Amino acid sequence: MSTTTAVVRKNTYYDSVSLMSVSTKANALEGVEQAFTAMGTEMNKGVLDNLGLLTDELREAASGDLMIVLVAADDADTGALLERVEELLQRKAPASAGAGAVTYRTLTAAAEAVEGANLAVIAVNGAYAAREARKALTSGLHVMLFSDNVSVADEVSLKQLAHEKGLFMMGPDCGTAIINNVALCFGNKVRPGSVGIVAASGTGSQEVSVRVHALGGGISQLIGTGGRDLSEEVGGLMMTDGIRALAADPATDVIVLVSKPPAPSVEKKVLAEAAAAGKPVVVYFIGGSEEAVTAAGAHFAASSLDAARQAVAHAGVQPAPGAGEFDAEAAADAVVARLTEGQRHVRGLFCGGTLCDETMYAVRDAGVDVYSNIQKDPAYRLAAGAASTGHTFLDFGDDDFTNGRPHPMIDPALRLERLVEEAKDPSVAALVLDFVLGFGSHEDPVGTTLPAIQEAQRVAAEAGRHLPVIAYVLGTDLDTPSVAAQSAALEAAGVIVTRSSTETGQFAREIARKAK
Amino acid sequence: MSTPELTTSETAAPAAALFGSDLNVVNVGLAMFDTDIAAQGARVTTLDWTPPGGGSVEAARALDTLDEPALAARIEEANAEAVERITAARPMLVGYGRALDVVPGMTPTTILHAGPPITWDRMNGPMRGAVTGALVFEGLAEDLEEAAEVAASGRITFKPCHEMDTVGSMAGVTSASMYMHIVRNETHGNTAYTNLSEQMAKILRMGANDESVVERLIWMRDVFGPMLKEAVEFTGPIDLRLLLSQAIHMGDECHNRNGAGTLLLFQALAPGLLQSSFTTAQKKEVFDFVASSDYFSGPTWMAVAKAALDAANGIEHSTIVTTMARNGVDFGIRVAGLPGQWFTGPAQRVVGPMFAGYRPEDSGLDIGDSAITETYGFGGFAMSAAPAIVALVGGTVAEATQYTRDMGEITTTRNPNVTIPALDFQGLPTGIDVRKVIDTGILPIINTAIAHKEAGIGMIGAGITHPPAEAFTKAVTALAETFAGSSS
Repeated sequence: MSTTTAVVRKNTYYDSVSLMSVSTKANALEGVEQAFTAMGTEMNKGVLDNLGLLTDELREAASGDLMIVLVAADDADTGALLERVEELLQRKAPASAGAGAVTYRTLTAAAEAVEGANLAVIAVNGAYAAREARKALTSGLHVMLFSDNVSVADEVSLKQLAHEKGLFMMGPDCGTAIINNVALCFGNKVRPGSVGIVAASGTGSQEVSVRVHALGGGISQLIGTGGRDLSEEVGGLMMTDGIRALAADPATDVIVLVSKPPAPSVEKKVLAEAAAAGKPVVVYFIGGSEEAVTAAGAHFAASSLDAARQAVAHAGVQPAPGAGEFDAEAAADAVVARLTEGQRHVRGLFCGGTLCDETMYAVRDAGVDVYSNIQKDPAYRLAAGAASTGHTFLDFGDDDFTNGRPHPMIDPALRLERLVEEAKDPSVAALVLDFVLGFGSHEDPVGTTLPAIQEAQRVAAEAGRHLPVIAYVLGTDLDTPSVAAQSAALEAAGVIVTRSSTETGQFAREIARKAK
Repeated sequence: MSTPELTTSETAAPAAALFGSDLNVVNVGLAMFDTDIAAQGARVTTLDWTPPGGGSVEAARALDTLDEPALAARIEEANAEAVERITAARPMLVGYGRALDVVPGMTPTTILHAGPPITWDRMNGPMRGAVTGALVFEGLAEDLEEAAEVAASGRITFKPCHEMDTVGSMAGVTSASMYMHIVRNETHGNTAYTNLSEQMAKILRMGANDESVVERLIWMRDVFGPMLKEAVEFTGPIDLRLLLSQAIHMGDECHNRNGAGTLLLFQALAPGLLQSSFTTAQKKEVFDFVASSDYFSGPTWMAVAKAALDAANGIEHSTIVTTMARNGVDFGIRVAGLPGQWFTGPAQRVVGPMFAGYRPEDSGLDIGDSAITETYGFGGFAMSAAPAIVALVGGTVAEATQYTRDMGEITTTRNPNVTIPALDFQGLPTGIDVRKVIDTGILPIINTAIAHKEAGIGMIGAGITHPPAEAFTKAVTALAETFAGSSS
């Protein structure tokens, strides 16, 4: 029989990402059958209840209390194991805390005491996020609100407050920004330059910034607005303020807008703002219409690569050589030639929402049905746990998959399982993957995925099939690890590596068309 | 607040000022972003963040109500007034006298006790010990056994010290013939009272009550008290805030450490004591008694705090805490904007070193009105002023500094009249705001003594403790209920 020990540490707060990483490490300790470190939220208590581990003491835990639950093997020393878990919990001092450093407990105190503080990055539970953001804005700080689960009403009132105070209110649910050449949260190391980006999509803006860099251009500012900014309710408050700020910024020569298609009334507002910018504005609204953009005097981009190319051209940069046109048809022919009868479906497993979206739109352009967990049409919508059907493109960064766990850019575990699962399906013609490098991301996404790719290919080979794997690595040569190193590791394992999100979409589209 | 406030007109562009300056980030929530930002050469400060109200949804909702801009503005105004009164109060020692003679409402059968209201049947060991000892001292019972019967008979009126303009250390038990400090707040005209220090460990306020304890009380009533009374008649009123301020500059935090304060107070009283009508032998007894322990000035500072904080009671819309007090069972707080109401939670264990031979399970729960010192801003709040006692409460000097900084995050202002040299003469963190306690999850820190849980034994250690978060949750909820809709 194993022994279960539960400890509640009152008023002890850890962020969920730290706790999940502690849980992972604790579960790997010898003698531990199951370890669980989590805050005493209703959701976490529900998880424990399902596992049959919810004691009365744990039931009493408040969301500000830390719960440690340890199921130890029969012969294990529970006391010693608990000590090891406590050691794992020992808070590592943040890089900013030097010897004798002052610790601040509240935004208001830090904003007052830290000379020159000008921006707050907020990544707390959604229930508290709006409150913290309001404090930051009130204290005169720009805000990057990483948290999700913030209500639309809060988002609107925060953005209005920011607007009145002349501050940026980036987010909520915003993973990317580059301010003064410093990438915040998820972002890539790109050259400074004259292309300014305002984006409602995280990986979409990462992709455009990385492509601009690859073409020899550079980024002045990248302002992430949050995914709902261009909805009817929020009304593009941040995107219009962002355009205005870049229009007034002498270091910015050209402005790129990235988003999913805005609500029609918002599109009008945004394009009116673009028309008034007095600088070239390139608009990439995935799947958006060309007409309205052109009518507003802005430049329509049909893809992320197109957006980057136009931006670089308007910035007066001579595109770097070697970026020749991609012959998607020829590439697809080579792949399809090796397939067996019945291998006809493309399966895309993505970390980046916009990368998934762009590829999905490209495949749909071929006139075929595409299923996805981010499809708007319920007829083609797949639940997170559902098996793939036909051409399926999954965004593992979407809420259904991330509920209670870190983003796949940090922890790819779910995607790894799915990769092997897909290989068992004889109808699969190709697997399409993305790897996102940069700040905030996993330190070696390719390395951690290669064993699963090899396993998938072994499963297919045993069934007598060749299983092509196509991968795109979003990153620059300045990122750690570099895009070159990660791509080389993929190619060494027989993976076909594409050179942009747009190319990935074209490639997938041609395979979907040609594979029968 | 470093970013200049830009134009607020409808057409204002977001602050381009950000683009022109170095990025300096405050990071909240995810520690991992800290390293990335620092690696790119930007400055980053990562908060030690906790969810508001220890995660109490009810408290967080109450905070949102109090945050409603019009109401928040009224609260800010009220709190500014409250802390102005607290810091402007000028408590003067104007005399000593028997409780029956000087404390309004006192009767021969009244027993005052520490903390929020409590009945005899709920009192813990130390408080029962002190009550029975006091009844014997007053001649209301022959012995301790009879005293327990008298206490339970209904003939005794038990009242919280705090409801009688008084504060009492530990059990706080105060009876009619005990001598009291009379401390008058010159600025606002109110008066506060407190008992005399009994000095050593085996004493009534710690729950001890044997013959030696009662004999000492009799001597205090017949010699010590009257001599102090005469002394102040000679010296005239003594400015206690000035002495408090000096004591803090000399390394006391004036709750657990009172070495400097006792010397200063005695220095002020000595000429009066010498001129009193008592014999030289009696004067020597008094001098020896004061010298027997550093604690002589401890109660005095409590009365200073009480006199100042009471001046803030009743300011409508104020969320400032004016009382923190414990009766050994319940911890209660009171708030300026809700005068007379107690918000309670269970008294907590005090963590700290114990005298040899005692173990944590011997200790009674947190007790006494002495947390009035923290309510004013010294004691645990001023730990950074008293590095010498940091070890007593089991910490480091760096922690002591952090304690004071942390308390600055739950208070409204800094007291310009009482300052801490080690923090560049920053004033005491003053005016605990219930809202900030809930918002930050930081509970006030309290330095205090530990009494044995059984009656009759006395002090067995000292350490630090916190109020129960529950008391603040209840207070903020009541504030929200009372003030909601009253701001217009």
